[in-house]
Amino acid sequence: MKHKTFFWFFLPTALAMLLFIAFPIISVVIQSLFTPHEAVLLTVENCGPFGCTTETSIDQEATAALKLAEPLGRFAGLSIYLDRGHLAVNEVAALWSGRESLGGFFDGLKNLPFYRAMYFTLTYTFVVTPLLIVLGFAIAVGVNSLHRHLKGLVIFFSLLPMIVTPLIGSLILFWMIDSRGVLGSAIQFLADDPDLSLKASTALTWITLMVYGVWHSAPFAFVVFYAGLQTLPQDTLESAMIDGASRWQQIRYVVIPHLMPLVTFVALIQLMDNFRVFEPIVGFNAEAHATSLSWIIFNDLGGETRLLSSAAATSVLTIIGVAILLSPVLVRTWRDFNAKT
Amino acid sequence: MSSKATQQPLSLRIAIYAFIGIWLMMAAFPFLWTLWGSFKVELDFFSITNWKDALFGPRTEATYGSSLTGAGYEGAWIQEEFWRAVLNTFIVCFFVVCTSLTIGTLGGYALSRSGFKYTFWLLIIALIFRAMPPITLVSGYLLPFFEWNLWGILPTSIIVLVAINQPFTLWMLHSFFQKIPKELDESAKVDGCTQFQAFRHVIIPVMWPGVITTGLFSFLLAYNDFAVTAMLLSKENQTMVPKIASFLGTTQTEGNVMFAVAAVVSATVPLFILVMFFQRQIVSGLTAGAVKG
Repeated sequence: MKHKTFFWFFLPTALAMLLFIAFPIISVVIQSLFTPHEAVLLTVENCGPFGCTTETSIDQEATAALKLAEPLGRFAGLSIYLDRGHLAVNEVAALWSGRESLGGFFDGLKNLPFYRAMYFTLTYTFVVTPLLIVLGFAIAVGVNSLHRHLKGLVIFFSLLPMIVTPLIGSLILFWMIDSRGVLGSAIQFLADDPDLSLKASTALTWITLMVYGVWHSAPFAFVVFYAGLQTLPQDTLESAMIDGASRWQQIRYVVIPHLMPLVTFVALIQLMDNFRVFEPIVGFNAEAHATSLSWIIFNDLGGETRLLSSAAATSVLTIIGVAILLSPVLVRTWRDFNAKT
Repeated sequence: MSSKATQQPLSLRIAIYAFIGIWLMMAAFPFLWTLWGSFKVELDFFSITNWKDALFGPRTEATYGSSLTGAGYEGAWIQEEFWRAVLNTFIVCFFVVCTSLTIGTLGGYALSRSGFKYTFWLLIIALIFRAMPPITLVSGYLLPFFEWNLWGILPTSIIVLVAINQPFTLWMLHSFFQKIPKELDESAKVDGCTQFQAFRHVIIPVMWPGVITTGLFSFLLAYNDFAVTAMLLSKENQTMVPKIASFLGTTQTEGNVMFAVAAVVSATVPLFILVMFFQRQIVSGLTAGAVKG
């Protein structure tokens, strides 16, 4: 294909991505360097018969004019990144110099919003991803040994948790684990504690969110592994059997090595997707116990006062996080590409 | 391959059935439970005294004379005007799917037919864009959209969702087009077609399976989106998911949780139907990228 034809074919999609993905990223970076204008203050001296008083009021007109002239706000450099809501450099330094033990230092870090969110996001990502891979693999092996007619039905129901909107899925589970809902009552009955509520404690909320995460993403791993099992080399399996490999050994030495590339694929995709965990926190109403980076951005943007600059700074930090997680994928694609040519 | 050697012992077989049974319960039970419960009153669905109330609905019967009631649906669809959100959702989904498939097929086709090195870099850039959480982009949109008065209307969200959709669409269609032999359009070009005519008369008739699968995923992305639509649409133009989220704020206090439950069930039904009819395409789409890479 000639360069020129390629250009015209590719132009519409390139424009869409340029205008609505590339530019917004630049716009976010710029926005994060500015902070909103301070209101212009007007000091008026009123002199009356009893002496003079000075009154300070906001000059609405001048403030509006300033906003109109420079909608981005004042240039603030990196100060937003370093303030308490983000990297909190001063607070961290104070904690470090005043630390009594390393544990105490980390406990202090957890009180700062950005590090608290980071802590949850990373824990969530690195707990949920391995668990969903294991569960997905187990389901795939189980379903593969089922009777042909049952398979379709099982796959249908297995797809549901993944296909359903994350917010809706988490709401459905949220209502069930309510202390008056069916799962909530069941858990109270099992724990023999009529006052137990999964929403009340931080640890239980975290566990709930992670269970939801596994429930939501295991079908993806299942479907991918199930497809992989269909291409399992039968000869290798048979020779393993002839050599007297037990069922477990067959799985361990034939099936798992065959599926290994798929495991890497699922792990990489899920690491990226779990890193942006957001809807379950809204759905489970869990922001008091767990916040994630995406949730902080959402919270800054919503509401009456849209904290654009603060949201932009968190966005940039999130993008950096994604970039770090993405780098192994990029390296791998690069190697694949070089191997091909 | 059910020879004697692969026959499972009974105990193993029972264990497998039990495991799959438990998984099916986990996967399907919440939906069935909520579907059934959405026809009850709140005191039955969230029963303090006895969990069986949600099954048999004694208080629903006391209030409405039968153990099932559509009161939640009536409240959500008519009183809270959920139908408006449903309509908006389908407008958004329809235009997102059509637009992103149109420009995506052109782009994906070009990527699969051009052998130059820049196609690789374009795909890599698309991959990076795919990894961006949409909410981080939203904070970049807000200020310009406010400035240019584009905030709050459906077309803006549609075009934003199309753009967010593009990287994934490109990757998927690229791999589908690579499976269509190059000789097809090359022979058309030898016969004197331009590249576009070759695409129009030779490729379009054979590309539908891949395009339908990709379209399904575009639909799901638009339908399931919360971050973009919640931030970029004004209250009157809200789609289903943000509308449900806003229900939670208002109805929990008024004791109308059942409105939200009914709305949630209404929003799940189309997805149910979709999976029922397109199960094969969804499975093949999920695995297309995986088995290859």
